[in-house]
Amino acid sequence: MSLAHDARVAVRPAAEAQRPAQTWPEVNNPAAWIVAVILLIMPLIANGFFLIEIFATTLILGTIALSLMLLAGYGGMVSLMQLTIAGFSAYMVAVFGISGNANISLGWPWWLAVPMALALATIFGTLGGALAVRTEGIYTIMITLAIGAAFYYFTNQNWAIFNGHTGINTVGTPHFWGVDWRADIPFYYIVLAVGALCYFAVDYISRAPFGLALQGVRDNPRRMAALGFNVNAHRIAAYAVASFIAALAGVLQVWNYRQISPGSVSVNACIDILIIAIVGGITRPIGPYIGALIFVLLRTFALDFLVKIGLDGNRFRLLIGLGFLAIVFWSSDGVIGLWQRWRQSQRRPADRPGGGRSHG
Amino acid sequence: MDSVAQRLSAVGAGAALELRGVTRLFGALAALIDVTITVRAGERRAVLGSNGAGKTTLFNCITGDFPPSSGTIRFFGEDVTHFPPYERIRRGLRRTYQISALFPGLTVQDNVYLACRGVSRGRFSFLRPGQNDALMHAADNLVQAVHLTGVKNQRVAELAHGQQRQLEIALALAGAPRFVLFDEPAAGLSPTERAELVEILTSLPAHIGYIIIEHDMDVALRVVESVTMMHNGRIFKEGLPQEIQSDPEVQELYLGGGHE
Repeated sequence: MSLAHDARVAVRPAAEAQRPAQTWPEVNNPAAWIVAVILLIMPLIANGFFLIEIFATTLILGTIALSLMLLAGYGGMVSLMQLTIAGFSAYMVAVFGISGNANISLGWPWWLAVPMALALATIFGTLGGALAVRTEGIYTIMITLAIGAAFYYFTNQNWAIFNGHTGINTVGTPHFWGVDWRADIPFYYIVLAVGALCYFAVDYISRAPFGLALQGVRDNPRRMAALGFNVNAHRIAAYAVASFIAALAGVLQVWNYRQISPGSVSVNACIDILIIAIVGGITRPIGPYIGALIFVLLRTFALDFLVKIGLDGNRFRLLIGLGFLAIVFWSSDGVIGLWQRWRQSQRRPADRPGGGRSHG
Repeated sequence: MDSVAQRLSAVGAGAALELRGVTRLFGALAALIDVTITVRAGERRAVLGSNGAGKTTLFNCITGDFPPSSGTIRFFGEDVTHFPPYERIRRGLRRTYQISALFPGLTVQDNVYLACRGVSRGRFSFLRPGQNDALMHAADNLVQAVHLTGVKNQRVAELAHGQQRQLEIALALAGAPRFVLFDEPAAGLSPTERAELVEILTSLPAHIGYIIIEHDMDVALRVVESVTMMHNGRIFKEGLPQEIQSDPEVQELYLGGGHE
């Protein structure tokens, strides 16, 4: 085979080019359909408590962790400031929108306050990312953690905008078309829609040039530069996308609790996002949501469980910590990794008698 | 700028690659000292020299992986001395690495697709390539050209060494290369694979020049028309392959002596 024609971009159909269409996410996975249907009819099966405290909270935390998954799983950049970006966005919704603190809030309608919050939080995260991409590995973690910690202490001490340690309360939520969108069922569907949108967007991007190049940057930044890519620009763009996703989740978070205070953007909360992403698995977009569900279930029920067996309820973090240790010990790829290994071990014995040998 | 320098650069405009007084220091160690080389467009040249002669550092300076400490580098007449690597690559420069520098987490196809995407528009595109994507076809053709079609959907981490070396070459030939730097492409290849490599190199379109670093004389001297011999960071000798091969000083240093 001569290279004479091939070294240039010659458009001719390669004979073996019959690769499966990967233009849209997998739609033939029955498990995914079952999960989708359950999520859609959830208001019929779950009461208000489960709907909001468990599932909506899971989806919000999962979406913040998804933004970390995009950076860490595809880009190889562990950012501890994703919750800070979400918190910044939440604060901005409260500051520009309507709240009980009339001296601080500007009282804009939600459809003005939300785009403003998203834009500012995306800029905030992108600037943080522009700082962080100058470093690698553990230094990226340190810089983003420093940004998170600085923001936490700043919100604690700044009264003019962030109202100090009391935060901003009674934040207004959208009402239109005669619907109170913060009522349990409408709010659940808003959260589900945003979560699903972010999930499918990240899944889609992973096979688009931007996402592929991001994975290339993760695997070998020097070679990416030698292929014509501006590696730092790509990394900063990834921070911008991740910041926008985190900012969306931040808007939902402030609508969910109707208040925002420094406690929501503490360093502990930043690390919780990392734990959620790692426990779920950071190689695929579904991982953060699985991790968030485990985290929320533990946080909600471990307390009762611990009290029942005669321990201090505040020890629920101990359970999370032990679970975290166990998962990273047995699977470097979180729950997804465990699941995939189990699936493979199930499949292997089933394949053998079939004799359908695959080559390669 | 005086008129002599202007005339020199006017002469150099016909060259693919023109290095003037390129020096690269690593602390106190001078890896390259005052290297001046001109390579014509379409010229194929071998760079020989023992380990530590500065061959790979030369490549790193040309691509911008490490900028030179002093001196200038022109690529097709344009001063690229202070350009980042990706700007040089977009102008038609390519390189391969001595130790394969691939993307182990991605498939062969995606590796080559990234190489094609890197030298064209839409690097930040959020739209997945469709069935009739021109770059996908270009990637398919390149994969086929380096005999990797059978494994194109495998992850690179699962490939054999020889296949990884072939992929390394495919990545350097994406888009419209004008000049390629091959850093020991035959390292670790079997005799059959070496023959395939020679075939790939000799069948490159005539306008694509290259510099090849290669210890295997059978490979190196069959695919080049000129040879530059380096020693301790300096240019030691330049000439035709036969001249270099029969030069007593070179034989003393490299071909015969071997051990230093």
